[in-house]
Amino acid sequence: MSRINRICILLLLALPSSAWSELVIRVTQGNDKPTIVAISPIALNGIQIKEDIGRIVEADLKRSGLFSAIPRRDMLAFPAFSKDVYYRDWRMLGAEYLVVGSMALIEEDRYRLDFSLLNVTAQKTEFNHRVSGTKSQMRDLAHLISDKIYQEITGIRGAFSTRLAYVTANLENGKYVYRLHVSDADGAREKLMLESPEPIMSPSWSPNGKELAYVSFETGRPAIFRQNLVNASRQQLTDFSGLNGAPSWSPDGKKMALVLSKDGNPEIYMLDLQSNKFTRLTRHFAIDTEPTWMPDGKNLLFTSDRGGTPQIYKLNVASKATQRLTFRGNYNARASLAPDGRTLALIHRASSTFHVASFDLVTGRLIELTETRLDESPTVAPNGAMLMYATKQGDRGVLAAVSLDAGVRYVLPAKKGDVREPAWSPYLR
Amino acid sequence: MIKFNRISFVAVSLSMVLAGCSSAPTDQSTDIEDTTVQTGQVDTSAIEDSAMDMASGADTVFYFDYDKALLKPESRAALLEHAAALNSSPRSVRLEGHADERGTREYNMALGERRANAVKEFMVMQGVSAGLIEVISYGEERAASYGSNDGAWSLNRRVELK
Repeated sequence: MSRINRICILLLLALPSSAWSELVIRVTQGNDKPTIVAISPIALNGIQIKEDIGRIVEADLKRSGLFSAIPRRDMLAFPAFSKDVYYRDWRMLGAEYLVVGSMALIEEDRYRLDFSLLNVTAQKTEFNHRVSGTKSQMRDLAHLISDKIYQEITGIRGAFSTRLAYVTANLENGKYVYRLHVSDADGAREKLMLESPEPIMSPSWSPNGKELAYVSFETGRPAIFRQNLVNASRQQLTDFSGLNGAPSWSPDGKKMALVLSKDGNPEIYMLDLQSNKFTRLTRHFAIDTEPTWMPDGKNLLFTSDRGGTPQIYKLNVASKATQRLTFRGNYNARASLAPDGRTLALIHRASSTFHVASFDLVTGRLIELTETRLDESPTVAPNGAMLMYATKQGDRGVLAAVSLDAGVRYVLPAKKGDVREPAWSPYLR
Repeated sequence: MIKFNRISFVAVSLSMVLAGCSSAPTDQSTDIEDTTVQTGQVDTSAIEDSAMDMASGADTVFYFDYDKALLKPESRAALLEHAAALNSSPRSVRLEGHADERGTREYNMALGERRANAVKEFMVMQGVSAGLIEVISYGEERAASYGSNDGAWSLNRRVELK
């Protein structure tokens, strides 16, 4: 049951794929000149670890689409400290930056990794950083290195140390088994949060990244639960007749927007997690669903077909006033807001296929980002650089990612079964 | 390359001095916290498998058009038969609404409920007590036919009477 299903990462950029046709080629602005970085293997000084930290950092940076890496076989030396670096060698290889690092055991199961980012062109050290952790945290150490390098070079905070939550469904002995998983943002270290013979849906992170809310049918009906990641304690939050769905944690973590149909049709409600009081926010005979908070904590976005087709609306929590935001096309649903509070990722139907599109709340411009056909559940990384979504490869559900400018994309195929409903965690430190 | 946000230089940390390290100067340091994920347990004891026999051999699955929640004329005969049976010997039934996989999951939950409600309304109009009918939507979560094609989708847009 707890067998870890490693998800291998395929850089789609490297695939000779026809599935991602013109759109990819057309909009690669900014990424046709990736920064070339060389990552010297981390000196282990006799310490035995199974992870290759340098390779994890390299994979992180390459996956962002903004970097390419000098292959190890081309390196003339593997320096561990800046004092051992011959800049000329690295300049000859074309490297703009070089990462060096060295590990030491400081106490029982406590390891220290000192690393430096060197600017090869300027022949100087950009920064030195020290990170420490246990043997089981080597991937955390690696992702932290990636975060620091990414931030120093791009000026954008790295999101390599974040996590993904997602749901899988596997046919086992003729019956479906539903599982809620949490993994690192690169798909590694998958952990099982919940396993059930009944559907699990709609995972939503608490803003501190310590809990997930989700819908589980384990009682025979849909109900919203919250679950702590570290101690696995669970609490059922709703038990109404009809729909209990689409939980979305407020930015302050004190409230949850959700959908109940106990009044006869789906309406948006707000649950105060301290007082357990429910407040009804919409009042319409149409479908109102998929609420998501705006960063101000005062407004929600939601999907409604009150205009005849599903479209995105904005709802002010205090005044309950609603405003329609999307007009292009006859299906715009499941908005996920980027951290800029301005760019929406949503599901847009165009000629009977469902794509992820970005929608600018200020200009009203809608841009299709994907060319797959059954896309669902877009979720934007906390740094706004990439979004993850669910799509189909053949008849199987897989997770894929695309940058918000559509210039970078990759897929995370699972080894077996159907993967769906990714939810990108907030920053965890 | 854009470059800002230089990390300010912080004096060599105490731990480094204590460890007697003589490597590169350290600007900043980070300790990784333990955030290991544990597995929760579901309690499925409440679930009853309601494989009750339906009146006669009338159909118990009713299909719908894409994006629609209107009963099809061909569903009427079987529903009238079920309504008559429930009126003569009342018992609780479940109407499980489903959608095909196209579109978003929570919207499809709402669509599945709309379909099940359409069946419920029809049965209530035939005199069945609304209190006997429970509506549950599974959206696109429990496909009857697997595959991403028109044939599978048409079998998945359904309401099951149980």
